[in-house]
Amino acid sequence: MNKKMLKISAINEGTVIDHISTINTFKVAEFLNLKEGEDVVTVGMNFESKKLGKKGVIKIGGRFLTKNEVNKIALIAPEANINIIKDYGVKEKFKVEIPDVIKGIIKCANTNCITNKESVRTKFYVLCKDPLKLRCHYCERVVGKEEIGLV
Amino acid sequence: MTFENRDIISIRDLSKNEILHVLKTAKKIERKPNPNLLKGEVMASLFFEPSTRTRLSFESAMRRLGGEVIGFAEPGTTSLKKGETLWDTIKMAERYADVIVMRHPVEGAARLAAEAAGVPIINGGDGANQHPTQTLLDLYTIQKAKGKIERLKIGFLGDLKYGRTVHSLAIALSHFNTALYFISPEALKMPDSYLEELDSKGIQYYEETDLLKVSKKLDILYATRIQKERFPDPLEYKKYAGVYKLNRSILPHIKPSLKIMHPLPRVDEIHPELDDTKHALYFEQAGNGVPVRQALLSLVLGRVK
Ligand SMILES: Nc1ncnc2c1ncn2[C@@H]1O[C@H](COP(=O)(O)OP(=O)(O)O)[C@@H](O)[C@H]1O
Ligand SMILES: [Zn+2]
Repeated sequence: MNKKMLKISAINEGTVIDHISTINTFKVAEFLNLKEGEDVVTVGMNFESKKLGKKGVIKIGGRFLTKNEVNKIALIAPEANINIIKDYGVKEKFKVEIPDVIKGIIKCANTNCITNKESVRTKFYVLCKDPLKLRCHYCERVVGKEEIGLV
Repeated sequence: MTFENRDIISIRDLSKNEILHVLKTAKKIERKPNPNLLKGEVMASLFFEPSTRTRLSFESAMRRLGGEVIGFAEPGTTSLKKGETLWDTIKMAERYADVIVMRHPVEGAARLAAEAAGVPIINGGDGANQHPTQTLLDLYTIQKAKGKIERLKIGFLGDLKYGRTVHSLAIALSHFNTALYFISPEALKMPDSYLEELDSKGIQYYEETDLLKVSKKLDILYATRIQKERFPDPLEYKKYAGVYKLNRSILPHIKPSLKIMHPLPRVDEIHPELDDTKHALYFEQAGNGVPVRQALLSLVLGRVK
């Protein structure tokens, strides 16, 4: 990223999600529900990156993500990095990680699962992180990435 | 290992030693039943979906050990019709009983009930998911007939896609050194997720569409019903029902010691002409439901260690 671009989108404090693959960038943005006018947001795509070829960056001024939000980003874009910006500088930096147990943030793909019939917080055990494979704690169905829906 | 106050929800919750302990306890109870073992205990039998064998054998198991039974056999007779949640029904029932046995058409219902209840829950079947007491009685039947579970060649026949008894039994057998033969039409094959689970445990298995190609090798043949309820299209059902009908014509193609099992009820998968051959194990299998369920009830109620 060149100096000029950083200047345009520099934020005082907030979060920068980077190293997102291009295809996942809009999915992450959509999930974060980034609406115009709320926070200062920049969604950048197609920056050159050695690792991913082209990468995306999302900058959110004035907002820090909850642990739950970070876990959801890990499910959508396991390659992403999170940078916490304070005082115009990177204060903390970490790679998102898919937890071993996922509580509440995804819906079970099995329509006959009790979690889709009664108000129950979902819970999944991660069998495999890449490719993503989860087992529902309730119905025991194994679901892959294509089948899961975020709640 | 302790069973007192434990829930029996899924065969996946039980280790090999725990499974063997249940089988050992069942054997002891069958040999020397104590008609007062469960005196003073009350079992709630909550059948949100009708069942004959499971319900009757649980109720018989409890009564023959001196326990009491309350409950319902169909949801139509309860407040569920008025829209009571499962959670609330269980919260009510746990106050009336020391142990709850339930069957429910929705997958995961038993796990949720276990989270609601302070008393042990025994899953008598949750939709297409689990039916652990059936699996334990299947293992008990195999052990009793063969004197062992290890080093057997076990065939599964019929609907391997939807048959939950097959899924659970295959998972349970993955604790033992057995070879599994999955014999089904292409469209009703064992789901990949189960095959992957067996792979991860290094279990030997073979998939086959032609029974006669492998029948001679088998020590056990576990036949299943092709369930009409599972097919949205009646034509599909007709196409597959009875593809693998067993009758006397199979006799030249099997070992003299082969035992045929079936979770029952059968439709026409096994011809009655096989019933009085030495191969038929299915009625004995159904009978084994009683000692196995007696063992589970006694263990979770803490009356047997
Ligand atoms: N004050 C800021 N405002 C907005 N974005 C910033 C700020 N500081 C750093 N960033 C962005 O955060 C990400 C991580 O920053 P840095 O650690 O400096 O770079 P890198 O991880 O690429 O070595 C980069 O995408 C960078 O453009
Ligand atoms: Zn589920």
